[in-house]
Amino acid sequence: MTIQLNGKSVELPEHVRSIEDLLKYYEVADRIVIVEINKEIPDKKNYSSMHLSGGDVVEMIHFVGGG
Amino acid sequence: MLKIANYTFQSRLLLGTGKYPSFEVQKEAVAISEAEILTFAVRRMNIFEESQPNFLEQLNLSQYKLLPNTAGAKTAEEAVRIAKLAKASGLCDMIKVEVIGDDKTLLPDPVETLRASEMLLEEGFIVLPYTSDDVVLAKKLENLGVHAIMPGASPIGSGKGIVNPLNLKFIIEQSTVPVIVDAGIGSPKDAAYAMELGADGVLLNTAVSGAKDPVMMAQAMKMAVEAGRLGFEAGRIEEKEYAVASSPTTGMVSS
Repeated sequence: MTIQLNGKSVELPEHVRSIEDLLKYYEVADRIVIVEINKEIPDKKNYSSMHLSGGDVVEMIHFVGGG
Repeated sequence: MLKIANYTFQSRLLLGTGKYPSFEVQKEAVAISEAEILTFAVRRMNIFEESQPNFLEQLNLSQYKLLPNTAGAKTAEEAVRIAKLAKASGLCDMIKVEVIGDDKTLLPDPVETLRASEMLLEEGFIVLPYTSDDVVLAKKLENLGVHAIMPGASPIGSGKGIVNPLNLKFIIEQSTVPVIVDAGIGSPKDAAYAMELGADGVLLNTAVSGAKDPVMMAQAMKMAVEAGRLGFEAGRIEEKEYAVASSPTTGMVSS
């Protein structure tokens, strides 16, 4: 399926279905990461059960140095 | 002791985590500053290209109280979105409200800052708004129920120090919540001055990360904040127009 990820249109392989899959696919599952889907912020405990749909607007957010 | 909402801190120095030359320098600077509260920003992950190492991720964040900012927001709604994303990390419940109203001076938008603070308080955040040194705005923020007021000393990153000590003093005197002087600090004297005015804390970033020796400057800032606070608590002497001798004026050796 195709989703909007951090402002870019990306084509995901078949096996990437949940948020957890997405984080593993981009190799960020063990980092501090917050996901927003269509302006909603799902609870982290639902990352494995929550499925993505084509056309979803997804943001992968983290913390960076700042003042 | 600095008390914000239900949290207490030994250190009155809050440190930003931006623009350090290397992770080693940042780590050492943070350690020597003895800061307990660290600020940082919330951004998109750079997943499409090999990004620069994220220094922040290499710090042991569980040792610190995390104060994410809403930098990048230009409206209250954007600030709330960023704050909610930060909180969703499960790592923090405090937020530095930062809604910039002008790109050149990076001065905060007072109206949007007030709106964002109100919305975030309703959402249950511990709210610390970065604001201009406007005395009435500070009062209005306090009346909303914010947990600390963070007036700027001068524009972000300018290093100009405290340009309006009178306003800061008014804000400090009227405030019943902690006042943390945030932004514009350039050198240790500025930090000490803020504390001598009676500020409860100082938040700075560039003054340390941009110094020739950030680690040494972090130590200097720690000492300046401590010295300024002690000086404030000790109660300084009154200024006088003319000299007053410190040595006895009687019993002179010569006739």
